[in-house]
Amino acid sequence: MKVNGSEILLKDSVNLQEFLEKHQYDTTKIAVEKNSEIIPKANYKEVMLSDTDVLEIVSFVGGG
Amino acid sequence: MMRVVINGEKKETTKYFLYDILKEFKIGGEVHIVNGFQVKEDLKIKENDALIIIEKGKIPDRDKLELMISARHTPNVFEKLKCARVGIAGLGGLGSNLAIALARTGVGNLVLVDYDVVEPSNLNRQSYFINHLGRPKTEALKEQISQINPYLNVEIQNCKVTQKNAAELFGGCQIVCEAFDVSQEKAMLVNTLLSEEKKIIIVAASGMAGYTSANDIKTQKKMSRLYVCGDLENEAKQGNGLMAPRVQVCAGHQANMVLRLLLGIEQP
Repeated sequence: MKVNGSEILLKDSVNLQEFLEKHQYDTTKIAVEKNSEIIPKANYKEVMLSDTDVLEIVSFVGGG
Repeated sequence: MMRVVINGEKKETTKYFLYDILKEFKIGGEVHIVNGFQVKEDLKIKENDALIIIEKGKIPDRDKLELMISARHTPNVFEKLKCARVGIAGLGGLGSNLAIALARTGVGNLVLVDYDVVEPSNLNRQSYFINHLGRPKTEALKEQISQINPYLNVEIQNCKVTQKNAAELFGGCQIVCEAFDVSQEKAMLVNTLLSEEKKIIIVAASGMAGYTSANDIKTQKKMSRLYVCGDLENEAKQGNGLMAPRVQVCAGHQANMVLRLLLGIEQP
């Protein structure tokens, strides 16, 4: 699977929520696009990831 | 015979040089702008060139003023910006400076949303003045824009942007600038608008605190409809406050990306 441009080997079948937690993303501060489609936050647990997926995860830091 | 446009009026002339044409129509004024570019010397004029001649220190008629304000815009750019509709969510350091830049650029319709009032700690980086203290940021900014270009349509909403009202507030906009301070709110706006609105493009900001190199601030296309400006790292925190220069650089990046998108350019 490709995440933010880098190849990541998916060992087990995981959903997006599990993947984000495992990689220590704070889900309140991110937006996730899978295969050029935005994934609404409410769907993170239902979205299963596969080898061919391309994920873009944008993390926001405070200030403005 | 050649057709030219002088201060918005179509004229026919037999002359081919700027100074001869001005003499022919008895037009005075020391600022000469040809096709959006100020010229200091006489030059050859071509068919359909747009000439704006401004007398310094004189306030022109209202109908000529709009034309003169837009005189430095490249022709064909002005028309596209004039009919554009851009939203700005949050009117702090990013949003206020961004709004001023878009107004100067001539973006015709602006939707400005913020719930807060101007307070003294805003003045280190936000586009407000002492006489705005205590007033809603929306009103203070609208007032400034009317002093820069009174021909723009500025719609203001004095409320907090939430998951519930975001789509309604910004529904009619082509582009929305995310200009919040809190990271969770930045993420909320991006998630909500990209999920609920199928066309809106978001130009967001992340990482502009402190005074490390301004060269680290970039515009990147992160998703099909999301651009992010900033260094992506420097968050506002104790010991790394928000300061005018980098905040303005970041707001400038956002404004320039908005301009590019409105002119049909998708590259960051």
